[in-house]
Amino acid sequence: MSVAVAKPGEIKHNYLNAGDTVRSWLLTTDHKRIAVLYLVSVTLFFAVGGLLALLIRLELLTPQGDLMTSENYNRVFTMHGVVMIFLFLIPAIPAVLGNFLVPLMVGARDLAFPRLNLASWYVYMAGGLIATWAMVNGGVDTGWTFYPPYSSSYSTSQVTLTIIGAFLVGFSSIFTGINFIVTIHKMRAPGLTWFRLPLFIWAHYATSVIIVLGTPVVAITLLLVAVERVFRLGIFDPALGGDPILFQHLFWFYSHPAVYIMILPAMGVISEVIACFSRKRVFGYHFVAFSSVAIAVVGFLVWGHHMFTTGQSVYAGMVFSLLSFLVAVPSAVKVFNWTATMYKGTIEFRAPMLYVMGFLGLFVIGGLTGLFLASLATDIHLQDTYFVVAHFHYIMVGGTIFGYLAGLHFWWPKMTGRMYPEGIAKLAALIIFAGFNLTFFPQFVLGYLGMPRRYHWYPEEWQMLHVMSSAGTALLGIGYILPIFYLLWSLRNGALAGPNPWGATGLEWKTDSPPITHNFEETPIVTEEPYAYENHHQQEEVASGTGASTTKG
Amino acid sequence: MKGVPLLPDTASTFAQQVDLLFWFLTAVTVFFTLLIAGLVLYFAYRYRRGSPASRAGAKETDLRLEIGWSLIPLTVGLIVFVWATKLYADVYGPPPDNALEIFVIGKQWMWHLQHPNGIRENNELHIPAGRPVKLTMISQDVIHSFFVPAFRIKRDVLPGKYNVVWFTPTKPGKYHLFCAEYCGTQHSRMIGWVYVMEPAEYEKWLASGGEARPGAIASGAGTMAGVSTASLVQAGEQLYKQLRCNACHGATDGQRGPTHYGLFGKKVKLRDGTAVVADEAYIRESILRPLAKVVDGYEPIMPSYEGLLNEERTLQLVAYIKSLKKPVQTAEVRP
Ligand code: HEM
Ligand SMILES: [Cu+2]
Repeated sequence: MSVAVAKPGEIKHNYLNAGDTVRSWLLTTDHKRIAVLYLVSVTLFFAVGGLLALLIRLELLTPQGDLMTSENYNRVFTMHGVVMIFLFLIPAIPAVLGNFLVPLMVGARDLAFPRLNLASWYVYMAGGLIATWAMVNGGVDTGWTFYPPYSSSYSTSQVTLTIIGAFLVGFSSIFTGINFIVTIHKMRAPGLTWFRLPLFIWAHYATSVIIVLGTPVVAITLLLVAVERVFRLGIFDPALGGDPILFQHLFWFYSHPAVYIMILPAMGVISEVIACFSRKRVFGYHFVAFSSVAIAVVGFLVWGHHMFTTGQSVYAGMVFSLLSFLVAVPSAVKVFNWTATMYKGTIEFRAPMLYVMGFLGLFVIGGLTGLFLASLATDIHLQDTYFVVAHFHYIMVGGTIFGYLAGLHFWWPKMTGRMYPEGIAKLAALIIFAGFNLTFFPQFVLGYLGMPRRYHWYPEEWQMLHVMSSAGTALLGIGYILPIFYLLWSLRNGALAGPNPWGATGLEWKTDSPPITHNFEETPIVTEEPYAYENHHQQEEVASGTGASTTKG
Repeated sequence: MKGVPLLPDTASTFAQQVDLLFWFLTAVTVFFTLLIAGLVLYFAYRYRRGSPASRAGAKETDLRLEIGWSLIPLTVGLIVFVWATKLYADVYGPPPDNALEIFVIGKQWMWHLQHPNGIRENNELHIPAGRPVKLTMISQDVIHSFFVPAFRIKRDVLPGKYNVVWFTPTKPGKYHLFCAEYCGTQHSRMIGWVYVMEPAEYEKWLASGGEARPGAIASGAGTMAGVSTASLVQAGEQLYKQLRCNACHGATDGQRGPTHYGLFGKKVKLRDGTAVVADEAYIRESILRPLAKVVDGYEPIMPSYEGLLNEERTLQLVAYIKSLKKPVQTAEVRP
């Protein structure tokens, strides 16, 4: 069946069919269309990063680097990191789901600065393409952390070009951050007080604050590396009179909070999905809201835990270690609250809910292994080993991607007006969960054994663990590819969703799916607390009669 | 392809203590992971849609619970913090005085090690069991990191600055030495072996000038071609004379420059009114960038030796100056 022959009255005028020229997409200022532009670009970059990951794991199947040269291996893992961090993890949830949902959730017609929003996509694409161009034109081999003096004085690869790319992408996220902050402050619908805001909005608010305060620092820091490279000014290279540790302070001042830029939006998604499929208000709404803010604030104070082995003073180490333990508390609170939300709920196992449950598992493992790295004595051993690689993949890759996929599935009917096939979506979630753990769990063991990260060759006795990890990657790859197919399939063939297929609360569900160009026929007025789910099963019948129940897998 | 190793070697006095904390953290991790996973799965099953379980009395919030479970991670965190920090202060504190001092120079892509008696090794380090070893390390180019998993030690090796790490090996054997900070193309080849030897064997090894290698593969690749027999201090002394440092630095203060006898470890008053302790870093800086810290009472006239000396030669000078003790025998240093 095709879009046009839907039941009369079902497909109305909406943001998708408001114009179908390329021009109408490329010059749009509609936040929903910009979200779709981001969705397409972010997915493409994820595919690039994923292929590079496959190459890394293929290479590490054997202890002798026999698939590529060391030089190429270094370029591959650097580009994998750069693409995944700057072009996928940081923008994924804010730029796709946030862009689409923030105005809808606050009952606004658009973001505060629609043209700035479009500009952010162009700047992002420019940065992404420059980085890609650098990759095909010789590549970069510094690691995504760009530590000088290697990056500023020694590397002969395309460092400057890549830095320009990352710099631009940073500005695109600053634009998005400013837009969110102003929109959330100024454009909430009548009656939508701060404590009636969905937790997704709280999470994006906290994220935006980090972006706006932190990103300029890393942008300037990377620029200084480029300046040192090009003009030979002594900023970081001791041979020129600079200080290489200064770079690390500046870099991690942003890049530690950056992990919260990735994970906080995911936490926002989790709160929405878990409330909906438990049919309950998120337990301890205020604690969850404030813990986002607490994470954003304390997250700025822990950067030094990346530098325990540089020879920084013992006292500095102690302070950074203590603060790192403190920042773990709000994260733990969220996990307890989400778990308590399920207690006495009415739980429905839809695909987004499976991702949420997977998220909880990965996030707990990722978070707790962070304690090993916050502890001075154990960090000395584990720093810069595969233990760290496993830890950050669990927390920021596992956490963010599970959050992103949960959100994408949850709001897919809203964005497209169509349901996806539920059975295969659940299968994909299970495959991704299994593949993820098989890939990254052995890396904890490898790290404890002493396997340093960014190694192309490794001692033979560790091969079996690497083989397990590589096998996991193949499984994970299959898991990631599945959604691309069934989501695309659903665009034509999925059952019609109707405005609110899940029976969810929240303003975004009060308008059509897909929403009309101006979001709402008339400005909504909010009179309720968020998540006003009534907790008994009869309520479930809200969902029936829509496409949701017909495609249940 | 052998089996699947799960535990690293344990070959220093730190290793067991660090492991104890590691296993405690592992226990905490396993406990909370199972707890949360158990609860999530149990709730998911028990309160699944359509199940008859009672939902009466579900709460939206509960201050006592919230505070309670904020305190749990806080308490666990603080316990681990105190434990880990105390352990860190104990085991990674300043090296003991009787430590065997070895110098390490990291360069793309090789570890270069110098023993006090002049033996030099590349990518291999021979040390006796049971005696503390102190490594004074510097990089000639980019940042490297000296990592011996079996000892549970790692310390970044920076250009332009001496970093120190120490440990006491306990178990004779052969252990991996890695570079843990990404340093460019051959980063994963910047590896080597640490040979911990029985003290008697070590003596034999020393006596043979580093040629005898019981228990090790006698590949010959380890030692530099043409082992220098001059000790570090002797080499430093020769250099000191060659560079005519003694033209200004005499046996006592009051020459054009301050004396070096008894300098190491002394508190030095500077022109700007501050004071520094004369450690290796200070001595190195004063050789390469003499104007950075000018000693009180002297004119800033010393030339910079930056660019003239590589790290190895700088080390020799530092070692020589360290060796100059009071009381003074004037005859030795007359220009
Ligand atoms: C199929 C899944 C993946 C596999 C098998 C994989 C594998 C790896 C491996 C083995 C490394 C370590 C390279 C090294 O240190 O020698 C690495 C680094 C990294 N990965 Fe992944 N990865 C995967 C997915 C992702 C995803 C989805 C992201 C982010 C969205 C990501 C982000 C990173 C980052 C930031 C680094 C650090 C790069 C660096 O050291 O410069 N990875 N990955
Ligand atoms: Cu190195």
